[in-house]
Order: sequence, then structure tokens, then C-alpha cells
Amino acid sequence: MAPIEQKIGDASNSDERIKQVGFLTHMMRRPELGAVAGLILVVAFFFLTADRSMFSLSGLMTILAPASQLGILAIAAALLMIGGEFDLSIGSMVAFAGLIFGAALTNFGQPLWIAILITMLLAAAMGAVNGQIVIRTRLPSFIVTLAFLFILRGLTLVGLKWATGGSTQLRGIGEVVSDGPLKGLFSGVAFQDLFSWLAANGLIEKFDNGVPKVTGVPVSVVWFIAIAGLATWVLLRTRIGNWVFAAGGDPNAARNSGGPVDRVKTGLFALTACAAALVAIITVLDAGSTDARRGFQKEFEAIIAAVIGGCLLTGGYGSAIGAFFGAIIFGLVSIGLTYTKFDSDWFQVFLGSMLLLAVLFNNFIRRKVTGER
Amino acid sequence: MTDRKSETAPPVIEVKNIIKHYGSVIALSGVSMKVSQGEVLCLLGDNGAGKSTLIKTLSGVVRPSGGDFLVEGKPVAFNSPRDALDAGIATVYQDLAMIPLMSITRNFFMGREPVKGIPPFRRVDFKYCSEVTREEMHKIGIDIRDPNQAVGTLSGGERQCVAIARAVYFGAKVLILDEPTSALGVAQTSMVLKYIHQVQQKGLGVIFITHNVRHAFAVGNRFTVLNRGKTLGTFDKSEISLEELQNLMAGGKELQVISHELGGTI
Repeated sequence: MAPIEQKIGDASNSDERIKQVGFLTHMMRRPELGAVAGLILVVAFFFLTADRSMFSLSGLMTILAPASQLGILAIAAALLMIGGEFDLSIGSMVAFAGLIFGAALTNFGQPLWIAILITMLLAAAMGAVNGQIVIRTRLPSFIVTLAFLFILRGLTLVGLKWATGGSTQLRGIGEVVSDGPLKGLFSGVAFQDLFSWLAANGLIEKFDNGVPKVTGVPVSVVWFIAIAGLATWVLLRTRIGNWVFAAGGDPNAARNSGGPVDRVKTGLFALTACAAALVAIITVLDAGSTDARRGFQKEFEAIIAAVIGGCLLTGGYGSAIGAFFGAIIFGLVSIGLTYTKFDSDWFQVFLGSMLLLAVLFNNFIRRKVTGER
Repeated sequence: MTDRKSETAPPVIEVKNIIKHYGSVIALSGVSMKVSQGEVLCLLGDNGAGKSTLIKTLSGVVRPSGGDFLVEGKPVAFNSPRDALDAGIATVYQDLAMIPLMSITRNFFMGREPVKGIPPFRRVDFKYCSEVTREEMHKIGIDIRDPNQAVGTLSGGERQCVAIARAVYFGAKVLILDEPTSALGVAQTSMVLKYIHQVQQKGLGVIFITHNVRHAFAVGNRFTVLNRGKTLGTFDKSEISLEELQNLMAGGKELQVISHELGGTI
């Protein structure tokens, strides 16, 4: 008993030590560390190998536009992964939501705001169904959402043929949506005035007629940054964020402590589906059409971006800002290779290696952080 | 300190002839026990004696099929673990109390996070949380460098102590400890037992579930032995020896026979 006695009584002078958390330890504890390191590596690689135009403003926008669409999905996928579940149906959900959105506008002639509302509500409902099945059957979400990957893709095909009378592409969406502030939220570019001003003052490149070469920031990029900020704040600063970590870390312990695990998980599934619907709305409005292959394999890309961003496959650990960087890495590599002399088909090799490295790194960090033996 | 032998105040928890059926299976067929403030009641029993069902009943996870359940003299019926928590009954489960990947602070305030700000900007006051956690860890002598370190970095004994400290901090009147020492080594066990003793000194009632008679004897004031869903008896520490308790718990006769065959080394 003697050493224990000592331990219990010996806490009086431990206060000084508390403040001595090393900067390195502090950084190591951040799940997005790997993604930041990866981003630096990738940028350095392209800086050495790629054409300078990749790092111009227009090059940056070319990279960020696809990265942001993936990123919106990746951030939602990251939250769900931290909550301990997967959703393999988000890619198919993009196509399905695109069909609903397109059909509401063209076949049913609804105004834009109703089409958006219907698409979002239906997506949320489908996500909640996914979540409820996972929770009630206690089946792995991997298998339940794999089923929905096929169900939703199939429904989209069938629905498209019904809506178009036999085609797998629904056109004419651009014509029925009139310009307005609501459309501006979901399509085109933002901050046009700012960019014109910058061009007028010679701060950014412009054409001879005075029009800036880059007219603004694509709205998807604005959504991407806003969602990353919001998700990070919710995750790190709110009660719901605390419960997301708990639901993924140890659902039983979370329940015993009074955390609403089932509600949190259902909400996360609905959120992921809504993120897919948002991407669908943005891409469909931009293209003016929707087709059956929309969002194809996006579920894998989103999960890869989340893992590169530091999410553990087992849940309970990860970050939204990490997924943000993960998606940017993804965009950099997929677009960046075209600026180099390398064959751009190296992309998949690069991506696979990156994923493997990220997983190994994450496991190492987790052992370090938790002192797991 | 509260008067430990206070006979005037009703027991914090008292159950009389509690019965629980799962379909045709009778898990509890009339268990009675009580625990008062500042008292450690040890609940002993071999596997299948009904310990787990009794805890689940007390902590609001399952509803009893019959019998009386009184908290501070008043009959209660819990619908959820939350009800039990609100009534001041906190249960610390053996390995289901803490989330290893989360920080000590986040674990400490799990489900009861203090918030500041107005919605939709309502957020958890993590600065305050960390201060409280640091202070509470300090009180129980767990030497942490930083309350934001993951619970996974703590030893098993420390985790149990943090879980108990959390229950005490949030105003528990009774602690139910479900085999807190069964997975621990010797030093870790004494750390937890020591802390149980401290909690008792503060005037809380403790229900300590174990099948280790030595651990029970080290901190217990009274011992209730369960067997096959029934109370075999309740004994004051002065009334019974460690050996008698051990025999009673294992059903008496069989153990002695085995003990004899093993040359008395059980």
C-alpha cells in the first residue's frame, strides 16, 4: 500500500508540469497533421516538376473546383467516419439527387427553391433510412450502404429513362432555371466584383479588353471552405461534436455517459446524404444536365480524402479540416499531373500509395497519442 | 464528514424482494439489500448469481418485475439510466466508462458539457472544463501533464479513478462500481481501493460489486452475498471472517471439497 499512499498524496507539486506540454506533442495530437505534411510534400513535388502556370490564379481555380466538389463530400464522410460509420452510397446519392433535382425542375416544372428543398429533404430522408437500418439491425454500415450504392444507382437509371423517355441523360435544366440570387448561391462564380476591381487595379491578370482571366471563385469553393469551417467548429467546440467523437470512439461508453448515440449517427447519415445532394445541385446547375454516371466512385474518393485527412477507419478520431486538406491533395494530384511531363495516368498509382501511407501514418500517430500498447 | 452510523436518515438505496424475469428465466427471485451514506456495501456472488441484473435494475437499465425500490425512503421507478443519474445513482462499468481516444476533459464532461453563448453559437466552455478536470485529477492525485491528453494514455486503475471522480463531481449520492478491480494488477487495485475509501469518507454510499473477497474485505463495511438470484445474507464486517465469506459466496460445501483436493491452496 505504501507506494500508492505516496501517489495519492504526492500531487501537490505536479502543477508546474502541467504547462509543459511540448509544442511537438501538441501538434502530434492534431489528426490533420498528416494531411498538412502531405500537402506540403505534394506542393513541393509539383513546384519542382510542374509548369509555372499551375501556380497561377487560374491554375489554382482549375485545381480547387474539382477539389471543392469532392471536399464537400469528404468533409461529410469524415464526420460520419469519426462517428464510427461509413457511407458507400454517397456517389450514387449524387446521381440520385441529381435526378430528383432535374426531374423536379423539368418534368414537374417546379421553381428552383422547391426543387432544392425537395432534393435536400429526400436526400436527408434516404440518409436517415440508411442510418436507421444500420442502428436497428446492427449490421456493419459498410454492407448496408454498399446495398444502397447499387439501389440508388439503379433507381437513378430507371428514373432517368422514365423522366426522359428512354435516355440516361436529362437535359434542358439550364433553360428552365432563371437567373437570380438563389441560382447564384449554387452555380457560377462568387466575388466577381472583387475580381474585376483587382483586375482593374492590375493586381491579377486580365485580358486585353479588361476582363479578368479569372472572373471569380467558383461557388463550390466557397461552399467547401464554409462547410470546412463550420464542421470544424461543430466538431471541436460543441456538444454535438463531442458526441460524434464519443459515438465513434466507444458507443457503449457514450451511451452510459448519457450521449444520444443513435440520434447522432442517424443525423450524420442524413448530413452525408445532404452533402451529396448539395454537390448534385451545384454540378447539375453548372452543367445544365444530369446523367446516370454522376458521382461515380465519389464514395471511395471521399473516404480516401478523409483518411488522408487523418480519420481512423475504426472511428472516434479524425478531423474535418484534415478532410479539407485531403481533398485539396486529391485535386492537386489529379489535375497537377497534367502540368508535368508525367503521364497523367500515374494519378491512380500516386493516389493508392498516398492512401497506404496515410493509413500507416494514422495508425502510428494513434498509438503515439493514446499510448496504446 | 457525515455520520456514518446515522440510523435516523433512511438508506440512500434500499431494495426489498426485488424480482426480475427475462421471459421464463428468473434472474432475480427476491433480493433485498440497502446502502446508507458513508458506507461501502460489497455485493458478492459467483457468476450467474444475479449481480449484473441487480446493478442493471439499480442503474435504470432494466425495470424490475416486482418488489420495492426505494431511494432515500421514497419508492422510485426508473425508465432509463438518465433517470437513475438524475436521482444521484451513478454506475461505473468495468471497461465501458471511458473513451480511450478522447481527452480526459472530454471524457470527464461527456453528456454534461457546460455550454456558453446563445444558439446557434452555443458552444462548450472547454477552458472551464479543462480547469475543472485538472483540479479534480489533482485532488485524486493522478499525475497528468495535460487534461487534453487522451484517456488511452492512462493506466486501467487511473481510468477507474477518473470515472469515479467524474461521478462524485457530478453530485452522485451512491456509486455503483461494477467489478472495478477485476482487470487490474496489484498496485492498480490498491489505488482504486484507496480511492473508494476516500469517496466513502466524503459521505457517499458505495455499492462495490466484486467476486474477489479480498478486495471486498479491504474496503467493505457490510457484505451482501447473492446466490442463484437470492440474497444469502448480509453481514457486518465484525460478524464474518474472510474465509467464511469466501465459502458462503462459492456455495460452501463444494469449495471446501475442491479446496481439500487441491491441498488447501485455493
